[in-house]
This record gives sequence, C-alpha cells and structure tokens, in this order.
Amino acid sequence: MCCPEVPPPEMLTLRSRGSARKGELRRGTHADDDDSFGMSGRAKPSNFPSRTTTRGREKNFLVGAFGPPCKVGIEFSDAETRKQASVKKENGQVVMVPLFLGQDSVAGEVRIEPLPGKKVEHLGVKIELLGQIELYFDRGSFYDFTSLVRELDVPGEILECKTYPFEFSTVEMQYESYNGVNVRLRYVLKVTISRSYATNIVEYRDFWVHNYSPQPEINNSIKMEVGIEDCLHIEFEYSKSKYHLKDVIVGKIYFLLVRIKIKHMELEVRRRESTGSGPNTYNESETLAKYEIMDGAPVRGESIPIRLFLSPYDLTPTYRNINNKFSVKYYLNLVLVDEEDRRYFKQQEITMYRLE
Amino acid sequence: MQAAEHDAVFTSAEEQEKWLADAMALVQHHAFYMHRALDANNIRDVLKFSAQMLSELRTSKLSPQKYYELYMRTFDELRQLEVFFREEGKRGRLNADIYELVQHAGNILPRLYLLCTVGSVYIKSKEAPAKDVLKDLVEMSRGVQHPIRGLFLRSYLSQISRDKLPDIGSPYEGEGGSVMDAVEFVLQNFTEMNKLWVRMQHQGLVRDKEKREKERSELRDLVGKNLHVLSQLEGVDLEMYREVVLPRVLEQVVNCKDELAQYYLMDCIIQVFPDDFHLQTLETLLGACPQLQPTVDIKTVMSQLMERLSKYVAASPDVLQEFLQVEAFSKFSHSVVEVIDAQPDMPLVGAVSLHVSLLTFVLRVHADRLDYIDQVLGACVKKLEGKGKVKDSKATKQLVALLSAPLEKYKDVVVVLKLSNYARVMEHLDYETNKVMTVVLIQSILSNSTMISAPDKVDALFELLKELIQDSEGQPLLDMVDEEDFQEEQNLVARLVHMLVNDDPEQMFLILTTARKHFVQGGPRRLQYTLPPLIFTALKLVHSLQAQDLPEEGEGSGSVSLKKVFQFLHQMVEALAMVPAAELSLRLYLQCAEAAGDCGLEPVAYEFFTQAFVLYEEEVSDSKAQVTALQLIIGTLQRTRVFGVENRDTLTHKATGYSAKLLKKPDQCRAVYICSHLFWVEDGGTIDGERVLLCLKRALRIAHAAQQMSSATRGTSGPMTLFVEILNKYLYHFEKGNPQVTSSVIQGLLELIVTDMQSEATTHDLEVDAFLASTVRYIQFQKQKGDSIAEQYASIEVQ
Repeated sequence: MCCPEVPPPEMLTLRSRGSARKGELRRGTHADDDDSFGMSGRAKPSNFPSRTTTRGREKNFLVGAFGPPCKVGIEFSDAETRKQASVKKENGQVVMVPLFLGQDSVAGEVRIEPLPGKKVEHLGVKIELLGQIELYFDRGSFYDFTSLVRELDVPGEILECKTYPFEFSTVEMQYESYNGVNVRLRYVLKVTISRSYATNIVEYRDFWVHNYSPQPEINNSIKMEVGIEDCLHIEFEYSKSKYHLKDVIVGKIYFLLVRIKIKHMELEVRRRESTGSGPNTYNESETLAKYEIMDGAPVRGESIPIRLFLSPYDLTPTYRNINNKFSVKYYLNLVLVDEEDRRYFKQQEITMYRLE
Repeated sequence: MQAAEHDAVFTSAEEQEKWLADAMALVQHHAFYMHRALDANNIRDVLKFSAQMLSELRTSKLSPQKYYELYMRTFDELRQLEVFFREEGKRGRLNADIYELVQHAGNILPRLYLLCTVGSVYIKSKEAPAKDVLKDLVEMSRGVQHPIRGLFLRSYLSQISRDKLPDIGSPYEGEGGSVMDAVEFVLQNFTEMNKLWVRMQHQGLVRDKEKREKERSELRDLVGKNLHVLSQLEGVDLEMYREVVLPRVLEQVVNCKDELAQYYLMDCIIQVFPDDFHLQTLETLLGACPQLQPTVDIKTVMSQLMERLSKYVAASPDVLQEFLQVEAFSKFSHSVVEVIDAQPDMPLVGAVSLHVSLLTFVLRVHADRLDYIDQVLGACVKKLEGKGKVKDSKATKQLVALLSAPLEKYKDVVVVLKLSNYARVMEHLDYETNKVMTVVLIQSILSNSTMISAPDKVDALFELLKELIQDSEGQPLLDMVDEEDFQEEQNLVARLVHMLVNDDPEQMFLILTTARKHFVQGGPRRLQYTLPPLIFTALKLVHSLQAQDLPEEGEGSGSVSLKKVFQFLHQMVEALAMVPAAELSLRLYLQCAEAAGDCGLEPVAYEFFTQAFVLYEEEVSDSKAQVTALQLIIGTLQRTRVFGVENRDTLTHKATGYSAKLLKKPDQCRAVYICSHLFWVEDGGTIDGERVLLCLKRALRIAHAAQQMSSATRGTSGPMTLFVEILNKYLYHFEKGNPQVTSSVIQGLLELIVTDMQSEATTHDLEVDAFLASTVRYIQFQKQKGDSIAEQYASIEVQ
C-alpha cells in the first residue's frame, strides 16, 4: 500500500477575483511560523478557553537584604477605590495589582517602620517611578523609558515609624504594562533608603497601566479570496480589521471551489511577539484561541458564518515597536483541515485596541 | 496493523453496538457532573460539562440509527438544561448573556446545541423577538456541514422551535415577527436539511452506495418533518402556500437533483398539505414533476396525488365544481404527457401506469365524462404508437388494468364501445393478453347481462374481440393451442351472440349480418363454434318475423324479409359445410328446412333438404353418423308438411332409399321401419297405409336377413330385438288405425317372435326378453281397457 501523494509544500498562489485582494493559502507542512500546527494537528480545541500560561523564566528581582532593620511599605492613596488588574505571575498565580491609566497621577505614602529597638541611619530616602522594559534573552538588562524621582527625606536617622506622602502628577505612561514570553514591560515604584555602610534598603511596588484608544476612524473589513489552484477556493470576510478587546469577530467564509474533503475549519487568534531588532529579532507566537467554526465537508456555494467572542481570551492591544524594543501583533488564522489531517491556512493581521 | 486486524473480528453491527455503548457511557458520565453543577447553580461548570457531554455527538462512527439513539439520550439531558437556563433567567441573569456565554464553547457542535437550547429559553422569555433568535440559530447552524450531525442538529432546532414560531395566534407573533418569519425560518431549515441529506449520498465509498441509501431513507423523516411543521402553521393559508411555501419547497426539490429526496419530498408535499391547497396549486405542483430526475418514480407520486384528490371529491362532492374550475383533468393529462416526455428512459410500464392512474382519477371524479376517458386512452395510444405489440409483461399488466378500469366502473360494454381509442389500445396487447382481455370483456357482458342492440356497437365490439374471432399475426400455430382453451374461448363468443338483441327485425338483421361479417373471417375452426349460435339467432328472428306476419317478399331493398333471412341462413350453413363440418351443417340445414317449412316456404325448405341430402351423400361417410343423420332427416321430413305431393315423394323416396342402403342390417332395418312414419302423417299430411305396411314388411325382411346372417356367421342367431321393435311399430300403426295393419299380421309376428325366442338357436338376451314381455304386457293392458282400442286388440291373442 502506498501513501497518498502529498502535494509539494510550496506556497500556493491563488486566482484573484473581483475586488477581493490577493492572498495565498498556505499548507501547514510549510510555514515560517512556528510550532502551532506541528503540535496541534490533532489536538482538539478545548471546549471553553482557559487562560494560557505564559512561559517565563525564574527571576528574582527582590534582592532580600539580610536582616533589614525596618519594614518599608508603599501605599497608594486611593487603594480602596482604584481598579485592579489581575496579572499572571511567572509561577502562574494570579495577583491583583492597582491599575492606572496613562495620564493618571500616582500618589500615596511610604511608610518606614523600624524594627523594635533598631534605628535606621540613612543618607536620604527617595522614591522613583520607573517604566522598564525587560528582555529575557538579554538577561537582567532593563531599559528604563520613564524615570521620575521624588526625594522623601534628607540624610538622618529614623527612630520610629515614619510616613512620607508622595505624588507623581499626571505621569506620562505611554506604554501599557505587558507580560510576554520574551519581554515584559512594567511600571514600578521604587523606594530607596541609601545607607553609607550597609547596602541600601530597596522596596518595590508594582502597578499596572492600561491605555485606552479611541474608536478607530477607519475600520475596513477584511475580505479576500484565497485558494489552491483547482483544489480549494474560498472567500473570507471579517467585518472589521480592528477590534477592541471585548469585541466580536463576525464574518463568513464562502466556498467557491471544494475539491478536497475538508474535515473541519477553525479560526485561531494568534499573538506574535517580536523582540530585539535586526538580526537579533526573536519571534514568539502563541495561539490564544482555537475556535471551531465548521464541522464536516462543505460543498461549493456554501457560506459559513463566523462569530467569535473575544472576551474570554487574554488579549492585549496591538503594540507596535514599543520603545524600539518589542512589538506584539495579533492575527486571525483561518485553518482548514482535510481528512488526511493536512492543514490549509491563511493568516491575517488584525489590530487590537483597548476601548474605554 | 494489529489493531486493525482485531477490529476486523467484529462485525460492523457489533462494532456499532460497542461504539454506541461507549458513547452512551460517556454521555452518562458527563451528564452526572452536569447534574451536580446544575444542583450547585454553577453555570460555568454546567456549560463545561454539558459541552463535554454534547461532544459525544461529534462522533462519525455511528450509523444513523445508532446516532439517533445517542441523540435521544442527550436530548433528554438538554431538556433539563433548558429548565436550568429558564431558572437562571428568573434569577436575574439576562438571557442575552447566557446566549453569548454558550458561544464561547470552542467546538461548534456542542456550541450550537447549547445555543439552540438557550435560544428556546430566550424566545420564551420574550426578551428578544422570536424571529431574530430563530434567524440567528438557523443561520449559525450552517457551521455544521457534516450530513448526519447537521441533520440531527437542525432537527433539534426544529424540535425546540416548533412551539415558538411567530405563527398567527401564537404568543410570539407581533413583536416576535410575523407568520412570514416563521415560514421563512422553517423553509430555510428545510432547505439546509435537505441539502445535507442529499449530500450524504455523495460521501463515502462508492461500494457502500446501497447501504448509504438505506441509511438515508432512515433519516428522511427528519427532513420531512419540516414540511409537516409548515402545514401545521395557522398562518399558512392558501395564498401564502401558493405564493411562498410551495414554490420554495418545489425549487429545493427540483434543484437537489436527488432521486430519493425528490420522490420522498413530493410524496410528503402531497401527504401533508390539505387537499384544497393541492387543487388550487395543481399547475405548480404538476409543473415540477417533469423537472424531476428521470429515475424518480414519478408515476407513484402522481397517482398518489390523483388518488388523494379523487378521495377528496368522494368525501365532499360539492368540491367537484372547483375541480372543473381549475380544470384538474386537463392539467393532469397535460402533465402526464410532459412527464413522460421528460423521462425518455421511463419504462413503458411507467408511462402506462401513469395513464392508469389518470384514468382511475377520471373514473372517480368525472365518471360522466366519457370524452375524458377516451382522451386518456388516446394519449396512451399515442405513447404506444410505433411500438407495436407490448412485450414487457409488467406494461401489459398495466394495459390490462387500463382497459379493465372502465369496464369495472360502468359494468357496461356499450359504454366502453363508445370509446374510440379503446380498440386502439387493445391492439398493442400481445396475442395472449389480448385474448385474456377479450375474455374479460365477454365475461363482463355475460355477467352483467348487457344487451347489445345496435349494429354499429356490434361492429365495434367484434372489432375489439378480433383476436378471438379471427386469426392474427401473433397467435401461435393452431396445433399448439390447447384444444380445451380454444373451445372455451369460442364458446364464450358463442354465448356472446345471444346478447345481441334488438326487437326491430331490421336492426336485428343488420346485427346478424355484421356479426357474420366478422365471424366468416375467423377460419374454419372457429366457424363451427361461432356460426351455430348465429344461425339459431337468425332462426329466432325468423320466428319473430313470422309472428309479425310480414309479407313474404320485402317491399324495399332495405327492409328485411323472411326470404332474405333464409338466404342469409343458407349462406351461413353453406359456409359451415365448407369447413367442413358436415354433420353439424346437416343438422342446421334441417333446422332451417323445418323453419322454412313452418313459414310455408316450400321451395326454400326443399332447397334446404336438398342440401342436407347432398351433404349426406357426399360428406357423411361414417356409418354411425349416417344412421343418425338419416334419422334426423326422416324426423324432420316427417314434421315438415309444407311440401306438395311431388316434392314430398321425391324426398321420402330419397329417404327410404338411403335407409335401405345403410351398411349394417340392423341399421337398415331400423331406418326402414322409421321411414314408415313418413307415410302416415296425420293432420293434413299424407296417409298411405299401403306404403306403411310396405316399409314394415321390408323391415321384417331385413330383420330376417340379419338373423340369418348372424346364424350363418356365428352359429347362433342374434337377439330378437329387431323383431320386437318392428312389432312395436306394427302396434303403433295398428293403433293409429292403419287399415293395412291388421290384427292377424300382428298375431303372426307375435307368434313368430315367441317361437323364435323359444328355439335353441337363438341367443337369449335379458333385455330383449324384458322388452318382449313389456310389449306383451302392453297388448294385454290395451285389451283390458275396455274402449274402442280394446276392441281392436280383442282379436290379438297372447299367451
């Protein structure tokens, strides 16, 4: 018995028709992008999405000073009322952190509480608001794109509990916080108690930043005819090219020619994170959503509706070239699987934005 | 590989059982967790486990039947889920939210089952217009393109939506939409289901085609149910049916180009929608028929429609007016022609049975319209044109049905004879069947005692019965025909002749002439059977003419006269004589002669006798037959009194002459003593005692000769029968008062007999002894009677 002949894996061109743009449908065995079909060829999409865990590297930033003489606390002034964002940490735990918007004022107080019977001699106390980009492959290197400092105290001694109010008003925080595969962007408050002999006492307080975008003025639909010569021609249409995070993707797939036995069709939401630049660019793709939109083999003329709610998935807005360090882009990947489990797909970028 | 071999051990049925059991167990398992979540009001888990449960329906392994079982199992669970969703709604959760929530499911099939379930609750809550939800559901269901899974999903949709359609009078009407939306929804679901159903046929291996067809027909009711739903909608009135429903359904039926589907759906349409709808949309419905696939068994479809409509009329006769108004018949007949044209491969049997259906329809609905019936037959003839005799046995059967239907309906052949195309249809039957049909025809006439009383009808009838009456091309060689069958058939024809009755002699004569015209073409074998009844009918005519006392000579050429009838008779008997059937014709000649005699036509009677004698001379050679013939001739001659002396003498002379020339002595003897009667005819006949005695004496002589011959050859003389018989004749004439026959002669004869009987040379026969004894007893009885006869007998002495 011989195996069915597998078509050559080159990229397949398509016939253009009407106003639809040209595109190509790619076969899964040949792809510059990634692991997803290799591993997911037979994997079933889960019935309900669970949050995908971010792959991360163990990294401990909090250098525990041996036996610091005091406890340092950083409190936000509106902690009670402020919204919080749930953030997944490296170990998979979800923690809640205060959420700020780009132009918010960051205010609060620092509380330094010496341990009983100890005093803290210092060369000054300061608080910094840092916006950092951390690239994992570039171990330990931080790029601060924002750095604001407030002096809280002149050199002296702290004998008993002391609080310092602080405020950074209308801070320019143009980037959103982001926890990615190879990169993270974070905002942090850093309190430093400088000491002359001993190491400085440093305390950090993370917070999260979101930036809302306005409704895009132009939001064209994505419409394209793709196919493989004499084998499969489809026309797909997504009603928009830009989606907010809780949006619904509505569209349809129209089958112009079907000569293969399709088993099912799914729509994937994929995220591609690119870090670095030039030859040192690292790309990391994840499939965030796998959504079956068709079961069985359609015939010519069939039109299959798409309706995908984005809200269950952990998406961020599209980030383009953040501080020349990284980008995060989103794609809709239409995948058709035939009875021999060959995958045919067409990937299309969409822009995600955060709507107020 | 090993696994595959292992699998092969299972028969597919076992495999199916196993797979089903596995799937059922899993459904059970997930349903258990779902129930727990239901009890805990944990909607997230409910959705999770219900989706897992529904995932079992994603299987491709099960046959439709097994899949149905699985579906029913999950269906029950979904009912509980529906209750839960409804309560969630009461607890304040927005149906719209649940509606969105279930759509987060990653797999389409569980997602859509859940969506339908929520959708039903959503509609019921009236938080959204029914039409919008329905439209969304039916639209989203497109995602399932797998035939079986799609069919069941849509069937589920149809099931849950059935009581939620915005029909007229439904609580969902109004804001929820109009009946138009309801119709639109059902139609769309129907269309999609049918597409899926048809597609099943084209998937999978070619060699499984039959199995697939079987599986498909198991699923057909899922598709058909939609039509039923449509028919149940209050809002679908005639207009909507005509403008929307029917055209759309038919469009789908025609376009799907699938034999199985087209047949089933057409049948469905006919069955589920009311009769008056059909009647009013007949043209549209029939218009679709020719467009169906050539292999569709359309005749059954159409005949069902016709049957339904004819039942409709039967149930409520006042709708007949509507039938006329919409010209139901002409539409049907038109459509029959079209359908047959559209299906060039349709076997002949199909075409004919279509006509049978149409005919049945006409007979039931328009029983009074013979022209319609003839039209149907004509159309059928047109189809058969150029095809010659129909060879196909099934088609033949249908043709017979076609021909029998009017007979059964009217029970009157005369009606059938009015159908000009009837005979033309019959022509297409093969020989055997045609004969069967003719027998049926005749039997119908006989059993209904239909009198046929018009010459043209007779002509038409015999034209129909051609195969029986004449030789025809297809018939087997005569030697091959079973003699008994042949006789039976011909006897039927003979019986038929007696059904030809007309009181007007002229008409009757015409009828007879017509019948003869047909019969003479039948060849000698048939004539023996067909002509005698005709002759007797003619003789009956003679009697009736005689009774009417018509002038002997016909006045005009057209009017019938006795002479003409006799001429006619003569020709017929002559024809029969040529067959040859000498004995039969001889008898008939005699019959005719007697009739002519009764009518006083001496020359005619003479002629008939002459012919009879000629036949006797020339054709009757068997001695026994000669005896019988001669006895007949003598008997007839004796009764015929019309002759003048000369003619009479000639004939009697001839008769006695032949009598004496018979071969065997006893025969001679008997014939001669019978001849004695010829000379003693009372009431106006000749009375010639001399010659009577002559005959008797001659008979005695012959008897003696016979006796001697017998003793010469066998040594003993034969029985005395002849003598006793002659004695009886003597006694007869003696009683009649013939002066030549005297008591002494009798006495002498008696003694002679007695002596002979006692002689040893005579063989004794008990019968003869008894005969003699009773003769003697008779004489004694007469002697004792004491009247004039006794006096006569007084002189005879017996011991």
